[in-house]
Amino acid sequence: MRTNDVMLQTATKVVTFIILMFAVHIFFAGHYTPGGGFVGGLLTASAIVLLMLAYDIETVKKIIPFNYVMMTATGLLLALGTASASIFFNVPFFTHAYDYFDLPLWGKTSLHSAALFDLGVYLVVVGVTMTIIQTIGEDE
Amino acid sequence: MINLLLFPVLIPLLFAAILLFFPKNIRMQRTFAAIGAGLALVAVLFLIAKVKTDGIQAVTLGSWDAPFGITMVSDLFSALLVLSATIITLFIIFYSFPTIGAEREQSFYYPAVLFLLTGVNGAFTTGDIFNLFVFFEVLLMSSYMLIVHGGEKPQLRETIKYLLVNVISSALFVSAVAFLYSVTGTLNMADLAVKIPQIEATGILTVIAVMFLMVFGFKAAIFPLYFWLPGAYHAPPTPILALFGALLTKVGVYAIMRTYTLFFTMNTDFTHELLAIIAILTILAGCIGALAYFDVKKIIIYNIIIAVGVILFGVSQLNEAGVDGAIFYLIHDMLIKAALFFLVGIVAVIFGTSNLRQMGGLMKTHPFLGWVYLITAFGLAGIPPLSGFPGKLLIVQGGFEGPHFWGSIVVLATSLLVLLSAIRIFIYAFWGEPVETVPLKKSTYRQMLIPSVLLVAITVFIGVGAELFMPLINGAGEVLLNPSIYIDAVLKE
Amino acid sequence: MEIIMSVVIGFLFMAAVYLMLSKSLIRIIIGTGLLSHGAHLLILTMGGLGGTAPPVVADGVSISDYVDPLPQALILTAIVISFAVTSFFLVLAYRSYQELGTDNVNLMRGTEDND
Repeated sequence: MRTNDVMLQTATKVVTFIILMFAVHIFFAGHYTPGGGFVGGLLTASAIVLLMLAYDIETVKKIIPFNYVMMTATGLLLALGTASASIFFNVPFFTHAYDYFDLPLWGKTSLHSAALFDLGVYLVVVGVTMTIIQTIGEDE
Repeated sequence: MINLLLFPVLIPLLFAAILLFFPKNIRMQRTFAAIGAGLALVAVLFLIAKVKTDGIQAVTLGSWDAPFGITMVSDLFSALLVLSATIITLFIIFYSFPTIGAEREQSFYYPAVLFLLTGVNGAFTTGDIFNLFVFFEVLLMSSYMLIVHGGEKPQLRETIKYLLVNVISSALFVSAVAFLYSVTGTLNMADLAVKIPQIEATGILTVIAVMFLMVFGFKAAIFPLYFWLPGAYHAPPTPILALFGALLTKVGVYAIMRTYTLFFTMNTDFTHELLAIIAILTILAGCIGALAYFDVKKIIIYNIIIAVGVILFGVSQLNEAGVDGAIFYLIHDMLIKAALFFLVGIVAVIFGTSNLRQMGGLMKTHPFLGWVYLITAFGLAGIPPLSGFPGKLLIVQGGFEGPHFWGSIVVLATSLLVLLSAIRIFIYAFWGEPVETVPLKKSTYRQMLIPSVLLVAITVFIGVGAELFMPLINGAGEVLLNPSIYIDAVLKE
Repeated sequence: MEIIMSVVIGFLFMAAVYLMLSKSLIRIIIGTGLLSHGAHLLILTMGGLGGTAPPVVADGVSISDYVDPLPQALILTAIVISFAVTSFFLVLAYRSYQELGTDNVNLMRGTEDND
């Protein structure tokens, strides 16, 4: 059955990118204010789900050709690796490091090892959520 | 290396994450899974040596000092349990090669096993009650995946019940943690042990203690919360069953032992009396089940419940003999249950069924298997000098020294029933007229038998060489009976 | 405030129990969701609802009157976990509906002649 979803598809083209940008904003906002990898990951996943609703799974697979299980594994390794770096400095696990740098364009910025961990969390959340949705959505 | 105690938790996690990358390559899956478990085993051995010489190891995650951050603590008790869990997982990985089937191996079986080991080792190591909840969820998530793995109809049906029971017990866990936090203002176990004796309103603490007993009791399958266990454990294939039977309930038992010796000691007249009564009822309920069924898997599954009761009875006595015996019996039971499931798994494969009535005469065709099974059954029942004996002896002694001598009598009497239930399998499957068997390849048979025999050999060694291990067990029991050692180690700064 | 919250939590638990006692699998899943929501609210309430300032050391925040940060951290963890468990449960329910052909838990009884 083919339904008329021109409105949904047109809106999706705009809204998806707004959601994705907001996801990036939320991800970086997680440094000092509410936000972070988990929320950012869920937002990204919701953008992809919106695409899937407006179009269909096959089209979205062509647009975003990721293997989400690999994505989960990469995120897990990234998070674990960041946390494990403390083992090599012989400080307790999960101890984070940060410093202030003068970057071009940004000016004085604080860079934090926890951001890498959060990136891992982000990948895991997107990967797991999309794996679940694909599992249910694929067999019509 | 202040992070040494985390290695048994981190190594399986790392290898599980790596294994996610190539699910279809069976050879790589097997190799990496075995290497992961093997490395974790090496790490635990180092850890035990370190704990034995330097005392309790503690690390505060993220350098947030205790009691504010999450503390991971490794005393002899938890290190010994981590050791047993890792050994069993390693053997189960070997036993899985010929039994689990290529299809399951290609759909993330080994990562799930390693994630489960991560959760189990983490739950044994953590020193924070909320972190315990998190590790419980890690191991539960993997157990959900393993129990439904393969997606057969009985598995799906039983997983729904198992999942529902555990979701409810998790919600109870969160609620119990909330109450505990509101009363004490801390969730660090060592800090709890300091704060709880200072609180005068013991009534509310007793309620919380019983709530925790319920939460952990769901996992440990104590009376009357064991109703989910026989069905859920019967559904998955043998290696997964062995993994669950050996590890999962024991995490609940560990949690009860830890909380009921470390900080819920304000009203022992009520809480530990209750624990003793429940333990005895658990033993009796398990015995009824073990004698009632004609299914080899069900018989051993009900023996899990009996063992939980025996261990908790030892803990409830709160004296040296009882606690030492409980620790010894806990370790013995983890190993012997895995070995028994391996052996009945072989028997079930040979006959193509797990129904005892359709078996017979295996002694003529597989005499070696018969003798190994007989030794394991004697070990389960606690016949000297096998590994069940020292633990049970100490538990019974603890009961006679403590207030519940009648409990010791029940433990002794039910040992006979345990023996009967295990020997019934021997009589039906190994004696009698030979029945038709499913042809089994010699190499497959050998691959299944070798891990089983090695595991049985380890249990026999523990039983015969019990005197060698007693210093370790005593050291573990000393920490449980003197919470101040634990508190000083965690809150040293 | 705590009184109102405890009534809300009690109501959530009540609704959860009612839903979980029904026969339809999807109602049971919604029930487990409500149950964990109730438990999460319970943590928040039990931590004490006092305090107005955010729990960070910054200008204008007095250290005498800040919100307890620990229950919030605990809730976040518990929410993530219940999110994962609920989504797993949904996938499982969907699969078993396909395989077993029913979402009525009465028909999923595991007896020996009903495999």
